[in-house]
Amino acid sequence: MTNDDYSLSRRKYVLGAAAVLIVAIYILRLFFLQLTSDEYKARADSNAFMRRIQFPARGVITDRNGKLLVYNQPAYDIMVVMQEQVGVDTLDLCESLGIDTAWYERRMAEIKDRNRNPGYSRYTQQLFMSQLSVAEFSNFQEKLFRFPGFYIQKRSIRQYAYPNGAHILGDVGEVGPADIEADNYYRSGDYIGTQGIERSYEKQLRGIKGSEILLRDVHGRIKGRYQDGRFDVQPVPGKNLTLSIDIELQKLGERLMQGKLGSIVAIEPATGEILCMVTSPTYDPRTMVGRQRGKRHKELSMDPMKPLINRAIGGTYPPGSTFKTSQALTFLEEGIISPETAYPCSGGFHYKGLTVGCHGHGSPLPLVPAIATSCNGYFCWGLLNMFSNRSKYGSVQEAMTTWKDYMVSMGFGYKLGVDLPGEKRGMIPNAEFYDKAYKGSWTGLTVISISIGQGEVTLTPLQIANLGATIANRGWFITPHIVKEIQDEELDPIYTQQRHTKVSPHHYETIVNGMQRAVEGGTCSAAYTNDYITCGKTGTAQNRGHDHSVFMGFAPRENPKIAIAVYVENGGWGATYGVPFGALMMEQYINGHLSEASEAKAETFANRVINYGDYVR
Amino acid sequence: MATTSDKGKSVFASIDWLTILIYIALLAMGWMSICGACYEYGEPRDFLSLASFDTRTGMQLVWIGSSMLLGAIILMTDDRIFDTFAYVLYAAMMLLLLATPFLAHDIKGSLSWIKFGSFSLQPAEFAKFSTALALAKFMGTYGFKLKGSWKNMAVSNFLMLLPMVLIVMQKETGSALVYISLCLMLYREGLPGFILFLGLSAVAIVVVGLRFSETPAVGDLLTLGDVLVAVMILVFVGCLHFSYCRTYTIREAISEGSATGSVQSIRRRRRLYIALFAIGAFIIHLSASTLVEHLADHQKNRVYVLLGLRDDPSGVGYNVIQAKIAIGSGGLEGKGFLNGTQTKLKYVPEQETDFIFCTVGEEQGFLGSAAVLLLFLALLLRLLYVAERQPYTFGRVYGYCVFSIFLFHLVINIGMVLGLMPVIGIPLPFFSYGGSSLWGFTLLLFIFLRIDAGRQRLLR
Repeated sequence: MTNDDYSLSRRKYVLGAAAVLIVAIYILRLFFLQLTSDEYKARADSNAFMRRIQFPARGVITDRNGKLLVYNQPAYDIMVVMQEQVGVDTLDLCESLGIDTAWYERRMAEIKDRNRNPGYSRYTQQLFMSQLSVAEFSNFQEKLFRFPGFYIQKRSIRQYAYPNGAHILGDVGEVGPADIEADNYYRSGDYIGTQGIERSYEKQLRGIKGSEILLRDVHGRIKGRYQDGRFDVQPVPGKNLTLSIDIELQKLGERLMQGKLGSIVAIEPATGEILCMVTSPTYDPRTMVGRQRGKRHKELSMDPMKPLINRAIGGTYPPGSTFKTSQALTFLEEGIISPETAYPCSGGFHYKGLTVGCHGHGSPLPLVPAIATSCNGYFCWGLLNMFSNRSKYGSVQEAMTTWKDYMVSMGFGYKLGVDLPGEKRGMIPNAEFYDKAYKGSWTGLTVISISIGQGEVTLTPLQIANLGATIANRGWFITPHIVKEIQDEELDPIYTQQRHTKVSPHHYETIVNGMQRAVEGGTCSAAYTNDYITCGKTGTAQNRGHDHSVFMGFAPRENPKIAIAVYVENGGWGATYGVPFGALMMEQYINGHLSEASEAKAETFANRVINYGDYVR
Repeated sequence: MATTSDKGKSVFASIDWLTILIYIALLAMGWMSICGACYEYGEPRDFLSLASFDTRTGMQLVWIGSSMLLGAIILMTDDRIFDTFAYVLYAAMMLLLLATPFLAHDIKGSLSWIKFGSFSLQPAEFAKFSTALALAKFMGTYGFKLKGSWKNMAVSNFLMLLPMVLIVMQKETGSALVYISLCLMLYREGLPGFILFLGLSAVAIVVVGLRFSETPAVGDLLTLGDVLVAVMILVFVGCLHFSYCRTYTIREAISEGSATGSVQSIRRRRRLYIALFAIGAFIIHLSASTLVEHLADHQKNRVYVLLGLRDDPSGVGYNVIQAKIAIGSGGLEGKGFLNGTQTKLKYVPEQETDFIFCTVGEEQGFLGSAAVLLLFLALLLRLLYVAERQPYTFGRVYGYCVFSIFLFHLVINIGMVLGLMPVIGIPLPFFSYGGSSLWGFTLLLFIFLRIDAGRQRLLR
């Protein structure tokens, strides 16, 4: 009954071997798919997981007295997923958002342009429109179901309690491609501090983004949270900052500087804390939020008065006579003069045919009255004697280098290191500079104007204020800074360490005497008050146009609470604007308010306008 | 004197329990995969909820239970009825297949489902065992020889081709192709090896030629496909020459008797055949590329997608990509029972039927999927062993049919999921959701087990 052909039964091995071979190939294939690469795992995750970013609240900012300066307000971003938005009624969408179709087309093209939007993907949310107000948003939200692929992301935008301090506070804006490139924390559409402390303390203020991992099915529907949120990350709110700014002082400063160009900087000498940093012209930070920011920013950047520049740290000016204090200190420490040394001044400094003019005062006169009357002749003689002292320095170059080291030790010529972006270093010339400029043949006489804060020397108003603080401290300062406290974090140690100048403290007492004398019967007599002893020094800085009005001072004389620099461009004599502004600011800070008379004075000054004509700097 | 209980006992004792063990293991793993594929995110995970009859997982439990019952019933029947009624069953089944397109309602373009109340059955799934029985009966007749008998060959082929044609008429090309696998059984029963070889090499030449038809190799003149086909032809010719024109020729010349000619003339004749093979292969290659060039664009595209030449993320290519992602993301140990994300979130299409293996890959990982493959291999090898121990051709032929059908389903289904085979929609035995296929495979397997269980009694 069997039809067996036994030679055929060998064929079972062929068939068995075929089955074994195929299973082996398949297992090998599984091995390669499952064990050798993470590509499929990544693709599965990008299929199924939707990472929803949760934005932390940005840290709030208060002044030194706890007054709220900057806080957050809800705003809504419209996001779009290109892959999902196919078939949306464009007209309806534009109408609901109050935009026109041309804007829509342009924005869609922008989103898809990988040069402008490097993080573009068809499958992820892209920023379509940012910072809708609550009212604009609620109108859109009602219709949201009609626009698949469009999502709403809650954000917060900055809001400002005062119209003041725009340059200190800075602002936040959308990240650019360079920011994304530099720090992979950022994604397209994120915000970043672009100016002021928003920028310099970005890392503290921004907090840490959180994320929710949601499960998304093949149709894009959210099915729930992955593993009940076990892998979700809560956002960490940004750290709050307490500024050293006194907002009332800042307000007064800005009021006084209305209609004028320049800057007022006040520092607490003992701590290096900046009490106010006024720059003029300024703008209202409240106009720089939301969707009008771009337009407003453009307007300001086109303004010939350059209101976006923070002149307190980004403007470099000849310090004028305020600089004489630093010269006196150098000469004393170097033994060029003693407090008793008297130099003649007959209407100025006359030597070898060179004249530096001066105003009427007794002659010859020693150091203290020289400071009080701001005698040009005295400091010219001092510098000339120092730079021509071959026995001490060997050469004028060596003398210049010594001089420069003193200046640098007082915080000039280099950035002080304030915690704001945009600081300039100013200019302290050195021997190489003059060797180059005068081809090696120059003397103390050639550079004599640096002794009175003219010529090549330039400082920022912050550096001038810091000079005041250094004198107030009798020889040291702490790097000026604007952030007093960071929530749960220590300040950078550079803002707590004393930096000593090369001049001994006892020489400072002489200068303090001179500055007190200037207030009590010298150039700064308008700053005199019965309440406390004020020390001050005027400056009248020559330039191509009308002179700049400068004041540098501190008060009270013992345990000083405030050191200040006032710089009013083209304001004329130091006594014209500098002294009264300085006096008013010190009164406001020390007394906490202005007396009635002072208030009237402040109002008068606030209304004064300096005509700058076709101002172009 | 043999009593019924004696008889029952002896049948019970000679059942191949190992196969049943593998069968139960596959069913268990299959049900777990169905759970993975049908589970909706957020639903309760306990057994009672999964077994609830209003879910697909619960329904599959019903199918599994009824299949086991069906298996048990078959084991209790008299094995001789299969031999006796083989042709009747075959004829009845062919009539049913013929009638199906007229009774069926259209499901996604397929006309293969007949509705009974709330259930649908797919007769094509039951045609497999009846065709196998008919083939076994025909080839088991006394003195049957496949080799050398054109009539026998023709009838066997007819028995295979008839259900194929009828199933193609139901627009179920995948299920129809299964019958081609029965060539493996024919091979065991004497179909010359070179026919299988010719068939396989033709497929290989066409696939390789088209797959690389867009990669230039020698300037604009030849594609990489042309070069590879030429190499393949050379290798085939070399192998053929080695096996047919050298050592064996002398011995075969002696055994055939030298009346027909000398060793030389046999060699010459075989060389001619080999040359014809080479020319034929070349013609097949040329005509395949020409044919595809002249196809309508959408048809051409489909061929290219099948061969992996074109990306088609929204069509057939999408299934394969998602299947690979699901499996590839499983890693070594998988994501765990009911924890697969790709299957839960419905990224894999047809995931509880044709693409069920994705769930195994994603949730059980490399270890689980390799285990399933090895379990299938064990089943296949066991089937070979059991088929070879059959005392009669009837049993052996039926056994080889079962082997061939299971092998084909395994190769095509898992190969498709792994992206190694074109997308042909056929179920994975014991895994894919559905009563018809489960019942069909159970019948196929248990009839063989019943025939095997009777082997000793029949010998007595």
